[in-house]
Amino acid sequence: MTGPIAVRTPLDDAQLAGLKAGDLCEITGVLFTARDAAHKRFLDAIKKGEELPVNLTRQVLYYVGPTPARAGQVIGSAGPTTAVRMDSYLEPMLANTGLKATIGKGHRSRPALAAMKKYRAVYFAALGGTGALLSKHIRKAEVVAYEDLGTEAVRRLEVERFPVYCINDLAGNDHYRQEKAKWQTWRRPQPAESYGEGLD
Amino acid sequence: MKRTTRRTVLRGEKRVKSSRRGASGPRVSTPRTLRGSRTVRTRVSATVRTADPARTARVLPASLISETVAALCKKMAVDLSPGYLDAMRKAVSLERSETGIVVLNTLLRNAELAKTEGLPTCQDTGVTIVHVKIGSEVRVEGATLEDAVNAGVRRGYEEGYLRMSVVGDPLLQRVNTKTNTPAVVHYEFVAGDRIWIRVMEKGTGAENMSQLKMLTPAAGKEGVRDFVMKVVDEAGPNACPPLIVGVGIGGTFDQVGWLAKQAVMRPMGAKNADPKYAAMEEDLLKSVNTVGSGPQGLGGLVTALEVRVEVAPCHIGALPVAVNLECHAHRVQEVTL
Repeated sequence: MTGPIAVRTPLDDAQLAGLKAGDLCEITGVLFTARDAAHKRFLDAIKKGEELPVNLTRQVLYYVGPTPARAGQVIGSAGPTTAVRMDSYLEPMLANTGLKATIGKGHRSRPALAAMKKYRAVYFAALGGTGALLSKHIRKAEVVAYEDLGTEAVRRLEVERFPVYCINDLAGNDHYRQEKAKWQTWRRPQPAESYGEGLD
Repeated sequence: MKRTTRRTVLRGEKRVKSSRRGASGPRVSTPRTLRGSRTVRTRVSATVRTADPARTARVLPASLISETVAALCKKMAVDLSPGYLDAMRKAVSLERSETGIVVLNTLLRNAELAKTEGLPTCQDTGVTIVHVKIGSEVRVEGATLEDAVNAGVRRGYEEGYLRMSVVGDPLLQRVNTKTNTPAVVHYEFVAGDRIWIRVMEKGTGAENMSQLKMLTPAAGKEGVRDFVMKVVDEAGPNACPPLIVGVGIGGTFDQVGWLAKQAVMRPMGAKNADPKYAAMEEDLLKSVNTVGSGPQGLGGLVTALEVRVEVAPCHIGALPVAVNLECHAHRVQEVTL
C-alpha cells in the first residue's frame, strides 16, 4: 500500500479523476456538514427554487452530527454517520449544487451510485466510531445554517489531513463490495430456499 | 459466566453495608432473582414485612437513582464497556486483512484517546436503554422511578457534553427533545431489597440494520442460522463492525426484540448459561465471520467480536427470531444500589 493521497478542497477535475476506490486519502481544506434534517431543508429549498444557505460548488459534504464542544474545544466527537440515509437526497443535491464528494460510512444504494456516476462525484468513508480521533483533524468549526437543528445544523469545518477511504470512484468501482467479495467464504442461499421460513 | 460486578457505593444511600447481600450482579440468562436475595428472605420475618411494608421497605431517594444514571451515562460515553479492549486486542490477533488490522488498531487508539481526553468515543451517544430490576422490599421516594431515570439521563447527557439524539414525535414533527429523553426503560420485579440498573447508549447505525422475523418451527436451527447470516451480511459496513450480535429466539413478536437487546447488553465474554446455547453462540460466531465484511466493512475475518443468544418459551406454532446488532462502540454499564 502506498502512502495516503493528499486531497484539497474545493475538488478539481484532475483530483477527482485521479482518485481510485480503496485509496486512503487525507483531506485538507473545507468540509460542510449535513445529515438527515438539514438535507430535508436543502431539498425543500431546491424544490422551491431557492438558493441554499451554503455554496457547495465543487465542495465536500460530510455526514456528521457532532457532540457539543466543551470550553476550549473546536468541536466534540465528530465521526461519520450512515450515508445511505441521505441517498434519496443525493441526486437532487448533485444536480443542483455542484457538490462533488460526500463523506459518510456504509454502502450507497444503486440509485445513489448511478447519480454519482452521472454527475461525476465520489464517495469517501471515514472510519465509523472514531469520532474522538477524527475531531483532532478539525481546526475550526462554525455553524453556517439551520442553527435550530442543534447537532444537525450545517457547519463549515476547516480540516487538516482528515483521513478517509475512497469507496466509490468515477470509474464506478465499489471498494466495500470488492473487498467483501475477496474475504467472503460463505455463499448466500438462493431466495427459493432462503431462511427456512417457507412463507415467501 | 458468573461474572461478578463490583458493588458501587454511592452518596445518599441510607443503608449500612452488608457483606453478603448484593455483592454481585445477576447471572446471565438466569432469572428473576438477584443473587443473594435468599439471604434477605431468611433473615427477616415475612409477617413483619407484610404487616407494614411501607415502614420496613428499604428506601432509596429518587435523587440517588438520577445521580447514578447520570454518572453511568457520562462514564460509558468516554470509557467503553469492561472487557471491550481485551476483545479488540484479541480481534487484532485473529485478523488477517492488512487493512482490517489497521482499522482495529485505529479503533483501539480512538478508545484510548476518548478515555484520556474525556471525549465521547463516538459522536452518536445513542438512545439510552435502561434495564432495571427492582426488589420487592425496596421503594423509591421523591419521584417515580421512571422520572428519576429520565432526570438522570438528561443530567448525564448535559454534563457529559453528549449528543442529544432523540426526537419526540417520530414521524410528523421529528423535533429534537434536546434532553435525550425519554429513555427506553424496561422493568423487572425481583425478590430482595436492591435496585439493579444496567444502562446502554445505543447508536443507531447498528440499530437500523437489525431485523426481526417470525420463523415457523420447521425452520429450526438452520433457519435461525440463515436468518442471522442474512442480517449480518446485509448490514455490511453500515453497522460499524466488528459487531456484537444479539440473537433473541422464542417468546412473542414484542418479546423477542427485547431478548435480543438483553443479549447485546450482556457483559463482554459472558456466555449463555445453557451449554447447548453457549455452543450455538460459538458456531454462529464462526459462521458470521465468513461473510467477509471485516472491520468497518473494509474486508476481513473479524466481522463480529461475539454472538450472544437469549431464549424464551414460545407458542407451539411460533419461532420468533430477532437479531439486534451492536457496533464496536459498545457502551454498557451497570450498578446495584
